[in-house]
Amino acid sequence: MSQRQESDRRLASGNEAVAQAALHASVKLGTGYPGTPSTEILEFFDGMGGPAQWAPNEKVALEVGIGAAFAGARALVTMKHVGLNVAADPLFTVAYTGVSGGLVIVSADDPGMASSQNEQDNRRFAVAAGLPMIEPSDSQEAYDFTLRAFELSERWHVPVLLRMTTRVCHSATVLQTPGYPVPAAKPASFVRDVPGRVMIPAYARPAHKRLRSKLAELAAWNDSEGPNQSVEGDSNLGIITSGISFQHVREAAPQARVLKIGLTYPLPIETMRRFAASVDRCLVVEEGDPFLYEAACTAGIAVENKSEMYRFGELNVERVRRIVAGDTSPEAAPTPGKPPELCPGCPHRNVFEVLHDLDCIVSGDIGCYTLGVLPPFSAMDTCVCMGASIGVGLGLRHTLPPEQARRVVSVIGDSTFVHSGITGLIEMVYNPPPTGHVLVILDNGTTAMTGLQEHPGTGRRLNHETTSKLNFEELARSIGIKNVQTVDPILDASGIERVLREALGKDELSLIIARRPCLLAAGSIKMREKSNAPK
Amino acid sequence: MPQSDITNIVIAGLGGQGVLKASDILASAVFRAGFDVKKSEIHGMSQRGGSVSSDVRFGKKVFSPMVPPGQADCLVVLSQSQVAVARPMLKADGVLIEPGMIDEARLSNKKSLNVALLGALARHLDLADNLWHAAIQAALPEKLHAANMQAFAVGKAS
Repeated sequence: MSQRQESDRRLASGNEAVAQAALHASVKLGTGYPGTPSTEILEFFDGMGGPAQWAPNEKVALEVGIGAAFAGARALVTMKHVGLNVAADPLFTVAYTGVSGGLVIVSADDPGMASSQNEQDNRRFAVAAGLPMIEPSDSQEAYDFTLRAFELSERWHVPVLLRMTTRVCHSATVLQTPGYPVPAAKPASFVRDVPGRVMIPAYARPAHKRLRSKLAELAAWNDSEGPNQSVEGDSNLGIITSGISFQHVREAAPQARVLKIGLTYPLPIETMRRFAASVDRCLVVEEGDPFLYEAACTAGIAVENKSEMYRFGELNVERVRRIVAGDTSPEAAPTPGKPPELCPGCPHRNVFEVLHDLDCIVSGDIGCYTLGVLPPFSAMDTCVCMGASIGVGLGLRHTLPPEQARRVVSVIGDSTFVHSGITGLIEMVYNPPPTGHVLVILDNGTTAMTGLQEHPGTGRRLNHETTSKLNFEELARSIGIKNVQTVDPILDASGIERVLREALGKDELSLIIARRPCLLAAGSIKMREKSNAPK
Repeated sequence: MPQSDITNIVIAGLGGQGVLKASDILASAVFRAGFDVKKSEIHGMSQRGGSVSSDVRFGKKVFSPMVPPGQADCLVVLSQSQVAVARPMLKADGVLIEPGMIDEARLSNKKSLNVALLGALARHLDLADNLWHAAIQAALPEKLHAANMQAFAVGKAS
């Protein structure tokens, strides 16, 4: 099935390397939701000619991927770390059902929160769901480990989590192909397996036991032939590490003996035990949570943890030096740079000015427009997760004294609304607060924050070809919202203030759509509308 | 591996100035020269007009993709306002390359300042011009080649 590849050596980001591996593995479906730092994987895959599509959110993406893998096809599902929270429901149960075709789920962590609302460590998901997790440390490994992930997924009939981090996704390093041999793919074909695929309790109970025995086999395999690497060095210092931390360790402590773990769940515990016993001092160096450290402790392996202060933010060579030296003195704060801001001329600006002037209590959401929190607008009071603006706004409306409740406005972007705002809108109609509620959709016709991706509201697919377009006004009216107004915040700047004042003045449910293309996308949107128009 | 085996370059500026494009070109040029190279940057929020920087490291073998603070051999800054922000990356005897070194009036396209500053950087790196030229052409669409080759030459002669 796999074609003969031409030899190639180039600089590639980790994201490009994952896409390249997916292409070489003949992945039949790549799907996901944009999220820094994972977004470019599917864009590269599409650019290389791979079948790639954006889903409305990560849960749907994973479900589509599961279907493909049930069919026996290879599927790649990509998302940022918090996306896996959204996809957690199918994730935990597809661990039980297992898969026929290889299913690789990429989740990209963002330690240091370059562009995220938290720095959760998704290695915890591997343990919680009971899924193998593989962790590359550069682009070559991102390529090789993606292929290995498909191989493992098909050998054990279990989805595999590929954990990337910001510096692996967005660093360009040398990628040479062919690399790890491409596992041969089988054609898709439906095979009925009711007890294996229908998770009623009677079938799920044995499925859970099957999963645990697969994990036991995987742990033994990881110990005997897993993708782990040891580096010779002095016996007075041994370091157990994984992912990007390995690179910092090799530079910060070049004389140390190193055990780099590639498959971080289930762990090669006996390998770790032997390694720790071979050195005088065994230190665990890992970004984020003390995941490897806790696992080693539980297994009774004597290892040393990094100081708690290094749990926060990214590691780098300097911080690893300090960890090795046991230095817990305060770190020099980096010189603050210029913070990001809404672009000059951004259509969101007028809306936030009005929200500020009207002294609204603004329940915000995730996107460029979260920058409305910063001066000069200072017009956002909450931001929790994708879609939360509506639910949180409703909770505020339900419980605040009426004069405060009437100031509450939920603000959400178009892509975020489709991602997880629609159920919030239904809640708004189902359980309306006594003072009503006002929802503003900032519709700039693109997923701006992550680099201008399409979504169901743009009417174009990932590759920009025309598809069905979700109509927000009709959707809202069809579920029972009577006050629906659409305003162009640039052409009709005073209109935003007028409709907002009006909506805030009555105890009803209102939807205001502030529609104006993102400045950065307007040119290409116009071009695509023209070229996609029926001739 | 002793640090002296690795050359560390940091390119800094504001979102939209072409910092990432400049680091792409630099990384591509040193890769063409046969070095191991790693390039690292942060995407996302920082691109909305905020401070942006990109690290390029090359040598026989590079491990970490990030330049340790105070260890940049050269710091290229695209916006004067960002010199103070990025300067802590530069080592004591490192080379600072800043926009004032380029006479913008001599650029056929002002947007090529990033490439002109690469020309100024090239004076401090032992890389053949043809590698730079190939890297510039590979990174930019053909219609921009002439302006950027000109900008590179202006920087190199500065």
